Amino acid sequence: MTDPARLSASGIRARLDEGRASSVELTRACLERVRRADGELGAFVRLNPEAEREAEEADRLIREGRAGPLTGIPVAVKDNINTAGLETGAGSSVLAGFVPLRDATVVARLRRAGAVVLGKTNLDEFGMGSSTENSAHGPTRNPNDLERVPGGSSGGSAVAVAAGMAPLALGSDTGGSVRQPAAFCGVVGIKPTYGRVSRSGLIAFASSLDQVGVFAADVEGAALLLDGISGEDAGDQTSLSTDAPVTPATFDGDAHGLRVGIPREYVGAGLDAGIRGGIDAAADALSAAGAAVEEVSLPHTRYAVPTYYLIATAEASSNLSRYDGVRFGARSGGGGGGGGGGDLPQMYRGTRTQGFGPEVQRRILLGTFALSSGYYDAFYGKAQRARTLVRRDFEELFDRGVDLLLTPTTPTPAFRLGEKLDDPVGMYLSDVYTVTASLAGLPALSLPVGLTGDGLPMACQLIGSHLGEATVFRAAFAIESRLTGTGASDA
Amino acid sequence: MPIDEREVRHIAQLALLDLDAQALERLRRELGSILDYVALLDQLDVDDVPPTRGAGTERRLRDDTESTSLAVAEALCNAPDSAEDHFRVPRVIKG
Repeated sequence: MTDPARLSASGIRARLDEGRASSVELTRACLERVRRADGELGAFVRLNPEAEREAEEADRLIREGRAGPLTGIPVAVKDNINTAGLETGAGSSVLAGFVPLRDATVVARLRRAGAVVLGKTNLDEFGMGSSTENSAHGPTRNPNDLERVPGGSSGGSAVAVAAGMAPLALGSDTGGSVRQPAAFCGVVGIKPTYGRVSRSGLIAFASSLDQVGVFAADVEGAALLLDGISGEDAGDQTSLSTDAPVTPATFDGDAHGLRVGIPREYVGAGLDAGIRGGIDAAADALSAAGAAVEEVSLPHTRYAVPTYYLIATAEASSNLSRYDGVRFGARSGGGGGGGGGGDLPQMYRGTRTQGFGPEVQRRILLGTFALSSGYYDAFYGKAQRARTLVRRDFEELFDRGVDLLLTPTTPTPAFRLGEKLDDPVGMYLSDVYTVTASLAGLPALSLPVGLTGDGLPMACQLIGSHLGEATVFRAAFAIESRLTGTGASDA
Repeated sequence: MPIDEREVRHIAQLALLDLDAQALERLRRELGSILDYVALLDQLDVDDVPPTRGAGTERRLRDDTESTSLAVAEALCNAPDSAEDHFRVPRVIKG
């Protein structure tokens, strides 16, 4: 059979439902592809030993006519999302050996839908990074150029889909960690509205920003997966109860009636010329589909990265205080057992110092500083107010009748491995176009729009209003159907 | 904003991280340059702007009804060191 993971999700659904392929065949083909390709890519940190059994179960449901939209489809899961009985490490030594008791809500929903969990994918430790170089398992590589990063922190999931190892994948996005790797790898990635998807079982980085997001080879696949995991959850107090649909009524490529704004602050200096061309092509596609495209302004954009890095690191310093060697994960520095040479504070410090990588330690320290006595108001307090200004910029545009914003996802294509490791500010600046939607809690999708002159993927980003995923998907499909070079075929 | 060694040591103490001399100096420099960058926010007048607490969404509470919680064995299953019904740790009080 043709490489199954390059099929669009609707193509796979049709083949499964019509009996032209089985979930077991599809799953085995994906696992075979992992065996052949992942040695040099490093996308997966472990495979699910139950995958084929889950596929057999799915095939039974399909035969009995009880299949849903996700039944039988293999999905890769970022390793900061809990999978019951399958080790989950968040890319960190501090969680070595941790086996969750329960599935994260999103994984439970996948299983109830009959999807197959293929395996766990690599990430920057605890979601902190933009390159998937900060992992205890080593880096993941970009399949378009092995000397380049896939982006991060959900690099493994992006590569799983880009390299045809899985048709669908789950990631997480706090400041761009689904959208940026999607852009660097040439696949579709979406971060939903904050609260659209339950965070229960997602290992926390920054609780007011974290969201589970999805990767797919095409827009319809992303919509299918996001729809399947969305919905209010009693286990997540911040999850929303809503009737607002995730998917549009149809995928017909029409964009009549949509007002699309391109914020001038996102297309100025610092943006790669090739990517600028890609944004123009996306704008032309939307116009051809009937949308009205105009220039707009988000005046507080330049304050978004510092705002984000103060809030996210402050929340991270709090969330990561639970890693102390007492109840789960690794332990060191205490002399072992109930006695021994060390004492409890030494155990805490030893566990954390040895267990956390340098980027995580850097962010914990920055966050601790921002929250510390004497600096709290000047840093964290100020950042919370700046966040309000960033949110208001968007609200004003949406109140005026703009439906969507069209922007680049990243200022450059994928950079080289090692290039930004000694330059934290440089690394943080690669998030300049993605942190704003995170701060504002808005849905944002990254869509491939072609390749640069050097053959590297480039992407545009569509940012929607609160709970406006259906409009985002509608516009994204309109662009995708008019531009060549989408990632999926429909055999 | 330059940050001195004493401040970095203090924050590391708060965060329960041990830093050797090399790490201390490296982090002092890195944090200094990050803080220089976030000083951009000094340009903003936010006196009349309310803070966004959390994600700015409403907080809802569940009903105050009893539900099941973890069994003891489940709670201990990932422990680096445990006995019967508790986690074991090095002594807290030197005696």
